[in-house]
Amino acid sequence: MKKMFKVSTKTIVATGLGAALFALLFMYVKVPTGIPETSIQTAYGLGAFFAALFGPIAGGLIAFIGHALSDALQYGSPWWSWVIASGISMFLVGLVHTKIRADEGEFGWKDVLRFNIYQIIANVIAWIVVAPVLDIVIYAEPVNLVFTQGAVACLWNAIACGVIGTLLLFAYAKIRPKKGSLTKEAE
Amino acid sequence: MKAKLFDYVERHNVIYDLSGVTKLFCFLLLTAAVMFSYDIRAIAVIMVLSLVFLRMSQIQFRQIKLMLLYVLIFLLLNFVLTFVFSPTYGTEIYGTKHVLFPIAGRYVITSEQMLYQVTKTLKYASVVPLGIIFFLSTNPSELAASINRAGVSYKAAFAFSLTLRYFPDLIRDYQDISAAQQCRGLDLSKKEKLGRRLKNILNITIPLIFSTLDRIETISNTMDLRGFGKEKKRTWYAAKPMKGNDIFALGLSLVLFLGTLAVSFFVNHDKFWNPFI
Amino acid sequence: MESNRKPVIEFRDFSFQYFSQAEPTLHDINLTIYEGEKVLVVGPSGSGKSTLGNCINGLIPFSYPGEIEGSLTVCGIETKKSSIFALSQHVGTVLQDPDGQFIGLSVGEDIAFALENECVKQGEMKEIVRKTAAMVNMDSLLNASPFELSGGQKQRVSFAGVMVHEVEALLFDEPLANLDPATGKTAIELIDQIYQDYHKTVVIIEHRLEDVLHRRIDRVIVMSEGRIVADLSPDVLMAADILKTLGIREPLYVTALKYAGVPVTEALRAGRIDTLDVAAVQNAICAWDAAQPELEKRPANESILEAAGLSYRYVEQRPILKNLNFSIEAGEMVSLVGTNGAGKSTLAKVITGICKDPEGNLRFHGEPMDSWTIHERSGKIGYVMQNPNQMICKSMIYDEVALGLKLRGMSEEEIRPRVDKALKICGLSPFRKWPISALSFGQKKRVTIASVLVLEPELIILDEPTAGQDYRHYTEIMEFLRSLNASGTTILLITHDMHLMLEYTPHAIVLHAGEILHDGTAVRALTSDEIAYKASLKVTSLYELATRAGIWDCEAFVQHFIDYERSTAR
Ligand SMILES: Nc1ncnc2c1ncn2[C@@H]1O[C@H](COP(=O)(O)OP(=O)(O)OP(=O)(O)O)[C@@H](O)[C@H]1O
Ligand SMILES: Nc1ncnc2c1ncn2[C@@H]1O[C@H](COP(=O)(O)OP(=O)(O)OP(=O)(O)O)[C@@H](O)[C@H]1O
Ligand SMILES: [Mg+2]
Ligand SMILES: [Mg+2]
Repeated sequence: MKKMFKVSTKTIVATGLGAALFALLFMYVKVPTGIPETSIQTAYGLGAFFAALFGPIAGGLIAFIGHALSDALQYGSPWWSWVIASGISMFLVGLVHTKIRADEGEFGWKDVLRFNIYQIIANVIAWIVVAPVLDIVIYAEPVNLVFTQGAVACLWNAIACGVIGTLLLFAYAKIRPKKGSLTKEAE
Repeated sequence: MKAKLFDYVERHNVIYDLSGVTKLFCFLLLTAAVMFSYDIRAIAVIMVLSLVFLRMSQIQFRQIKLMLLYVLIFLLLNFVLTFVFSPTYGTEIYGTKHVLFPIAGRYVITSEQMLYQVTKTLKYASVVPLGIIFFLSTNPSELAASINRAGVSYKAAFAFSLTLRYFPDLIRDYQDISAAQQCRGLDLSKKEKLGRRLKNILNITIPLIFSTLDRIETISNTMDLRGFGKEKKRTWYAAKPMKGNDIFALGLSLVLFLGTLAVSFFVNHDKFWNPFI
Repeated sequence: MESNRKPVIEFRDFSFQYFSQAEPTLHDINLTIYEGEKVLVVGPSGSGKSTLGNCINGLIPFSYPGEIEGSLTVCGIETKKSSIFALSQHVGTVLQDPDGQFIGLSVGEDIAFALENECVKQGEMKEIVRKTAAMVNMDSLLNASPFELSGGQKQRVSFAGVMVHEVEALLFDEPLANLDPATGKTAIELIDQIYQDYHKTVVIIEHRLEDVLHRRIDRVIVMSEGRIVADLSPDVLMAADILKTLGIREPLYVTALKYAGVPVTEALRAGRIDTLDVAAVQNAICAWDAAQPELEKRPANESILEAAGLSYRYVEQRPILKNLNFSIEAGEMVSLVGTNGAGKSTLAKVITGICKDPEGNLRFHGEPMDSWTIHERSGKIGYVMQNPNQMICKSMIYDEVALGLKLRGMSEEEIRPRVDKALKICGLSPFRKWPISALSFGQKKRVTIASVLVLEPELIILDEPTAGQDYRHYTEIMEFLRSLNASGTTILLITHDMHLMLEYTPHAIVLHAGEILHDGTAVRALTSDEIAYKASLKVTSLYELATRAGIWDCEAFVQHFIDYERSTAR
């Protein structure tokens, strides 16, 4: 049975490499939306995928480390309010971990729905509550500015998680062989 | 192609020779100080000091040129957006209104708004040299050890070390995969339409992600075979011992941190320093 | 005598079935390995060698779930009731994939990894690491990062990493794959030295039988389809006829003896060339050599690919390719050989346009290629990369092979027969509906070859096509390439296999530190001591046999061997 907060060696490695991937996608692989200066961060799709596979701890750390790292590489220092919000959003998506069985080759429409409900709630909490509040507390940013920014981020990130995360889970479930399924065909 | 994640160049000077734990704590204390305070004088003191430290660390300008450019763009954008969204936020905070000159309608430039925005910009900016010092002058090998010694679980710290180890590998994989795809006829040029481009991005990221999943399996096998996680603690080969300078640096940061708090609590009696009343 | 030796590894009626497999991968294994023994495991690709190894170190069943029947004890511990940690105290494992092994940010850290996990104090740890690094000659590079090391050096680090704690047994899964011949030889010598100095039990899994037999081996275990089919000393093994029937390459000198009509018996001690009783076979060999006819050379053709003053650098300071001039004729089969890190893969990337804007000129059929995009080049030049994981982008084998054709807009009816043909050639038909993740390394490599073959390019560049392949697939792939070549496709092979070079490619380009050291006949590359030594090439055992049998023209002897093999054996 899957445990929500179990940390095995594999969880650690998945966290480490997941964070590296997250940072890489965060910096280099953005999909332009057509609106100037806004693009969909594919990294959140990846984060949601890893979170569903490896649980909330891995998910939260992947986004936290990955985001902090790419901030540090680009701006010299992490922007804590958004880094923390990223971590929280992926932590919350990870709560779906015990309910998803993509690693056993099972991912149907019901799971799609479940995964997306989790990710939408997670994104709303992280980007419409946590990030703006932190911005106000730490930087005393104007309220209407941060909530506008938060709403925009929430929308694009939910799209990234929903589209890319779901696609990845589908693809992954497809390659996971089911128990006793592999036989050689005659040449 | 970058061989290492951060351009860590081995140097010997006061800043480089500090232990990673010290630098981490100093970084956290000083950033916490500027994040907490809204007193431009305190922030300016830390900003000036951090610039001095940056100078002392002998980090070259070309190493950080690009970062500074990004920061500048970010700050500019934030400055403009803040004014567009809330041109009167400063007057709300400070409770007075000294008009410098009006522009149109509610867009009036006031001293309060200017102080608020300049303070905020400085707040953001002063973190940058501190971060640069921390990340560029600490040997990547030592970073994970420092984080662990600062109280974070060693497993999380090791995950961070793996991130640093495999980031350049993944970048190389990304390039190789995209090359392999192009060799088989994928057209990645900018001429393609948006939908097509999205599909191409997926064509490269999906193999990258799945080959990373395979890699996770091999690496975790190797780590298991070499006994990772069997004890409650872990020692670090690359940890640097604390010396006299470390105590001094920690002390200085602590004084600055407490000083900032003291100014807010006992001098300003508020998070904001208000020169207008 | 056997009874008083202490068994270290003991399989009793052992079988194993992977969770996802419908049938067991290992059947009825009965095998005892005693303390201080040095054992080699060989067998065709997919025969279950790595699976056997992973049972010993506990990855099976703790990391790869499945069903175990029977018993396996390692140092007296029943593995399925134990844990990976407990077993790692007794068995040190070097896995097949060199990149996944190097987890530290520097050499020192990587070697120290196991010690860190045991909470050894830093001072003590540094001392042990220094000593262990010295054992494998890496003590001067303790601060180097993985990107600065060659394949061979990485291999050394992984050896050191498992030797830091006192284990009784060492397990190596294909330690030689991807090493150049000379480095491979050093690796075998290193394993032998560790074995002798520290009296460990050693188990080696490897396709390159001849290279491993460079040093003494006590027993060879032959696996086929998940069963142990032979467990013999090398001398007896050479006398038996098992290897050939299973499609495993026997050492070249043994084949030569058989061609010369010498009955190989245990008494000849043919297990290693050093112990071979040359005096007994000398006459037969010389007579056979003298009886071979000389074959004619092929006339020259127009050039398909020409390089003039070609240079390339990834970073400003360090040129990787330096002023290369060479020409490849249409219809040729050429090999590109040289040390790890010489720049072979880089050259392939420059030719295919992945590495952009080199200095100098490249011409294809006399036309300058400078302005061609990767995409345009891909229609004419196919490239099979060294690492299969980087090429594979679909999850199912069929889709992967069909991808290139799909991207070219072909219809499903056109695609299917071509894909089926390519799969068949690469021995993958039985797996066509499998996900790629369930394949062994060698099988994955074949998938990537198939995916380029379907595109039918004019020039194919293959980066180490036979690494990790067993002899049957090696022969199948190479014979297929030859027939492809005969029908007009030009082929450029990057390889570390000297016999492959001799057997299949008359023309060889030797690269060393980014410069061309030799551009001419393959046989010449190996007979010139200067070239062979500098480029870390290794003469094959045929040379040694010829020299020791007193044949002065070794070059001709090797050529005779190859011609004979071609004309009669196939
Ligand atoms: N994790 C796995 N899940 C399911 N099947 C597997 C797994 N690993 C290996 N197999 C199957 O077990 C068989 C034996 O594989 P193994 O890796 O032991 O072969 P090998 O002899 O080491 O081959 P090679 O020489 O190519 O490395 C193969 O047919 C492979 O498909
Ligand atoms: N993307 C890259 N960026 C920077 N340097 C690189 C890159 N790829 C390879 N190199 C360097 O170029 C040199 C030549 O590498 P290359 O892969 O061409 O060697 P090779 O001859 O194929 O070796 P091997 O036999 O081990 O495959 C090496 O020193 C390597 O470190
Ligand atoms: Mg294997
Ligand atoms: Mg290479």
